[in-house]
Amino acid sequence: MSTRVNEILTTAASFEMPKYSSKDFSSDQDVRWCPGCGDYSILAQTQRVMPELGIPRHKTVFVSGIGCSSRFPYYMETYGFHGIHGRATAIASGLKVARPDLSVWVVTGDGDGMSIGGNHFIHLLRRNIDVKVLLFNNQIYGLTKGQYSPTSEQGKVTKSTPQGSLDYPFNPAALALGASATFVARTLDRDPKHMQMVLKRAAEHKGTSFVELYQNCNVFNDGAFFQFTEKDTKDDSLVLIEHGKPLVFGKEKDRGIKLDGFTPTVVSLKDGQHSVNDLLVHNERDTTLSFILADMTYKASLPRPVGIFLSVERPTYEDLMTAQIEHARAKRGEGDMDKLLNSGDTWVIS
Amino acid sequence: MSSTKQTQSLEEVTIRFAGDSGDGMQLTGTQFTNTTALLGNDLSTFPDYPAEIRAPQGTLFGVSGFQIHFGSTEIHTPGDQCDVLVAMNAAALKVNLNTLIDGGAIIVNTDGFSDKNLKLAGYAQSPLRDGSLDKYRLYEVDITKLTSLALQDLNLSSKLVDRSKNFFALGMMFWMYNRPIEPTVDWIYEKFKNKPDIKEANTRVLKAGWNYGETTEIFKVRYEVGPAKLTPGKYRNITGNQATAWGLMAAAKKAKLELFLGTYPITPASDILHELSIYKSFGVKTFQAEDEIAGITSAIGAAFGGALATTTTSGPGVALKSEAMGLAVMVELPVVIVNVQRGGPSTGLPTKTEQADLLQAVYGRNGEAPIPVVAAATPGDCFYAAVEASRIALKYMTPVILLTDGYLANGSEPWLIPSMSALPDIGVPFRTEKEGFLPYLRDEKTLSRPWAIPGTPGLEHRIGGLEKAHLTGNISYDPKNHEFMVRLRDEKIERIAHDIPDAVVEGAASGDLLVVGWGGTYGAIKSAVTKVQSRGLKVSQMHLKHLNPMPKNVETVFKSFKHILVPELNLGQLLKILRSKYLVPAVGLDKIQGLPFRSVEIEAKIEELLKGGK
Repeated sequence: MSTRVNEILTTAASFEMPKYSSKDFSSDQDVRWCPGCGDYSILAQTQRVMPELGIPRHKTVFVSGIGCSSRFPYYMETYGFHGIHGRATAIASGLKVARPDLSVWVVTGDGDGMSIGGNHFIHLLRRNIDVKVLLFNNQIYGLTKGQYSPTSEQGKVTKSTPQGSLDYPFNPAALALGASATFVARTLDRDPKHMQMVLKRAAEHKGTSFVELYQNCNVFNDGAFFQFTEKDTKDDSLVLIEHGKPLVFGKEKDRGIKLDGFTPTVVSLKDGQHSVNDLLVHNERDTTLSFILADMTYKASLPRPVGIFLSVERPTYEDLMTAQIEHARAKRGEGDMDKLLNSGDTWVIS
Repeated sequence: MSSTKQTQSLEEVTIRFAGDSGDGMQLTGTQFTNTTALLGNDLSTFPDYPAEIRAPQGTLFGVSGFQIHFGSTEIHTPGDQCDVLVAMNAAALKVNLNTLIDGGAIIVNTDGFSDKNLKLAGYAQSPLRDGSLDKYRLYEVDITKLTSLALQDLNLSSKLVDRSKNFFALGMMFWMYNRPIEPTVDWIYEKFKNKPDIKEANTRVLKAGWNYGETTEIFKVRYEVGPAKLTPGKYRNITGNQATAWGLMAAAKKAKLELFLGTYPITPASDILHELSIYKSFGVKTFQAEDEIAGITSAIGAAFGGALATTTTSGPGVALKSEAMGLAVMVELPVVIVNVQRGGPSTGLPTKTEQADLLQAVYGRNGEAPIPVVAAATPGDCFYAAVEASRIALKYMTPVILLTDGYLANGSEPWLIPSMSALPDIGVPFRTEKEGFLPYLRDEKTLSRPWAIPGTPGLEHRIGGLEKAHLTGNISYDPKNHEFMVRLRDEKIERIAHDIPDAVVEGAASGDLLVVGWGGTYGAIKSAVTKVQSRGLKVSQMHLKHLNPMPKNVETVFKSFKHILVPELNLGQLLKILRSKYLVPAVGLDKIQGLPFRSVEIEAKIEELLKGGK
């Protein structure tokens, strides 16, 4: 069908993509996050990864909701849409379904994405619309100045919970898996290399990609993830999960995760009773395993898993829709409005 | 089929089919309507059904009705009262008897008057026996028994036999009003082509009903209603929801855009979704979202991408969408928001009609968030209203609210089929020029901003719900800029008044009384005004299709009349707007029963005003 959008796309097809650098993805707007905010690193890594994706700027759209993280699109020299609280995933869904040719990214936070936007979030995942969701998880409401969030640990003392919060936190990765996500990953604001790798993989995945980014809010929840990001503690508190590799962790790489039935347990590689061959080997295409790994998240006796939990293929919503439209056109031809208006029972009055 | 009985000619008739919600009364009514339309009668219909899908059998609240008013003259309403009531059981009789004129005909299915039925309907004794129906012409037919006799050799389940009995009633009515059964037979053949049992049963029972009228002695007369003198041309029957769906499709075609519908099912708007989801070959994309909010926000996303975006809902859904409507105002993207109004507040009366969302449409958002409002007047007019709402949205880069209502949505009328070439072209100047581009640059005339869709090289820009700096669209907290932008957005919508037709005055251009209406009350007002005009009263009608902004001539028209009456199915919402906007001493006539006006109610108010006002 010849639409005005197609006319633009046809013209734009002759666009010769320049060799971008990360600077080309930086807009002219002043970045206004608090000094020291973890968001800066995420912005920098995203701008660094963008030139490697082979997608022109004009085909890229960043959509956000409300919250500190949601200022992100203003700082990207791409198309951008700063929406309303919780609805970025729904705006992005409509955009991608209407325009499957675009690379659509959502930037959201633990309040925006898990609380007010929780419903749209799970439905985006189950539909598998090809949208990349970056969830900046700082376990606090920053923009409204420090209330507990749906990912805050139970008992958290904040302005709205002087005696400690009563809510049990969401585990975003497990929630995403429960909603039948096809790509689920976790990375850290203070590990640029890992983050770049994850962002690249998320971009390359066909289907909804969900990336949880641990992000430090140095004003309202400083150090929430230091255990997993700081030199002294991270090696003993965190396990990197990598496809095809055994789960080894510890400063000396002397511990590992072994499956006891379906239960992951920590074993020593030094005590002579276990070797690396006994360890759980990650398979990012195994949905069952992804649940087991994500479930390690809040267990104090286990290291925090970071990496790509799951990456599987499933047809995307927009591809299925395009196929329905093409099938209908192949069968009945391009719709003719005059024919439709005159279809069915009609009569003539002279 | 021909008949040997006496035939009497009538100008117009109103029939009401009533039964249990599982009795197929809506189907019966629709079939009668389609055949009647094919005969060239003018007509108007009113489906009146409960919110419950299958309410307990025989109960008062489970009664489903379908009223059709048809004639050889112009028909504007489904009829104030009916001439014939077909009641499939005691509850149907009880609920609908007050709609029947004195001396009207009642055709009852006697099997629906068992002791159990009578008790459920709250009758102490059978109304068929106690003389309470003496002022009517009562025809007792054991439809259930006759239906099963017609099917006895087919070995069908009793459930299937019972389900066919509405076709017996339909057959009788076809006979009584001299309508052919063939269109319905064709429909049965198509509908049940893969279910031979049902196909055979329904066809047989339909014929049995017709033959029963022809051969038994109980009906002495049959009636003839000749074709109406409508504007020459090709016609079809159309419901409001179908017309809305087709109007949106036509607008997309005219604008050379893809139509995107983001929506959530809600009565009485869901049929627009059902209708649009059929037309994949037209490139229509329907997205059944997870809730009302995702319905509109997905539409806003699609609009950003360059689609003609729409969301369809009813009042409670609009309440949920209102924040997103504000977003659409701020980012200045075209979205058509269809509100098929129903009785409110809250869940209210899902299947009943009302006009109580006008103030919500015009004012119901946080901040100064002006949105154009267009309202359809008749089922067929929904098509043109949808085209007009789309035209305004695209030309002025703004969300537009299209108001219809449950009465228009489910009601139908003969519709003169338009030609696509006769509809206005809708220009959509997507911005492609890089030089001088700013996201909030203004067209001097319309004040609309450029629509620069993702995929256009060099026009990368960011929009959002935070206040925009004039021209650049950057975030701005500057107090002066905010006031400037608030006034600019307001002015943009006000200027649309220069781009819409004058409101039409039907009747003399001046007089004693002007009846001002909007939306689905058009037909009832038209009937009432026509009647009092024929009695020599100096009364005219003005029906507003653009409610925000209003046509420029409204104020002038008001000055030409001594009195202004505003009948509405609410507590006087348009009345409030007119009084505050034009400082006119208009009076209202309010009805809030979930039902449309009867024209006599408006007629009575007109007479009262002119007596007291002179």
